[in-house]
Amino acid sequence: MRWIWIDKFIEFNSGSNAVAIKNVTMAEEYLHDNFPGFPIMPECLMIESMAQTAGILVGEARQFKEKVILAKINKAVFFNYVRPGDTIKIHAKIESIADEAASTTGKITCGDETIAEIDLMFSHIDQNLAGKQFPKENFVFTDLFGVVLRASGIAAPAFGSDK
Amino acid sequence: MAMTRDEILKEIQDVLVDALGVDEEEVKPDATLMADLGAESIDFLDIVFRMEKAFGIKIPREELFPAESLLSTAEYVSNGKLTQKGLDELKKRMPHSDLSAFIEDPSVNKIGDLFTVDALVNFVDGKLNAAA
Repeated sequence: MRWIWIDKFIEFNSGSNAVAIKNVTMAEEYLHDNFPGFPIMPECLMIESMAQTAGILVGEARQFKEKVILAKINKAVFFNYVRPGDTIKIHAKIESIADEAASTTGKITCGDETIAEIDLMFSHIDQNLAGKQFPKENFVFTDLFGVVLRASGIAAPAFGSDK
Repeated sequence: MAMTRDEILKEIQDVLVDALGVDEEEVKPDATLMADLGAESIDFLDIVFRMEKAFGIKIPREELFPAESLLSTAEYVSNGKLTQKGLDELKKRMPHSDLSAFIEDPSVNKIGDLFTVDALVNFVDGKLNAAA
């Protein structure tokens, strides 16, 4: 399944910050299901687009060796709608990163307008102190993300295939 | 930077209000992070990150919240309680927590009660003012 909510990165500073863009088009089916007749990008999917932008940034900071899982939404505030024809920019910044986890802040903009402010926390789930074991292969960073990175001109290792 | 305990408490209150979405009035010195303020495991990391920024110090998570790794050591736990060895180790690793009530009944499921707002204040006080 394709569940990619960013089209490409336009800025990527390793371990620091990144900006991705997404073009929202009338051809996308989900726009028609949320409020029929009033196509807007659902806010939960904006959070997902931030989770992907910030999650890839966090993953890259550790050479994609960790399984980076969204663990907490610290803040998600929305100021306006995103409509078909809009190009949104998803700005993410790493605030803190440690062996076990990372926190990020970010905003989504459309033109000069701030659409949303979204702060997240990610867990490196293999580093949990409870000693829980997860599958060996990195099921977070599959090759769909590799495709996005390479299409943005960013070197990406060969990820495993998507199931 | 020397800070008084009241100043530290105020910062800790801000940290916990932001990290846990609680009201400032709830963040009393004797409030426990888990039972009273609803913190879960990921919140502990969030709190560590925010405290590092607020106080400009480095906090190894193990140092502030050592209980998790202690509990996974077999000789420290027996029948759902900490052994004497485990208690000794806990005392060594958590000088910032008041252990007197816990020692009476060292059940593993009560260990969460050791993480109080006051313990965080003690920890920061020790870090900032020991260095000063």
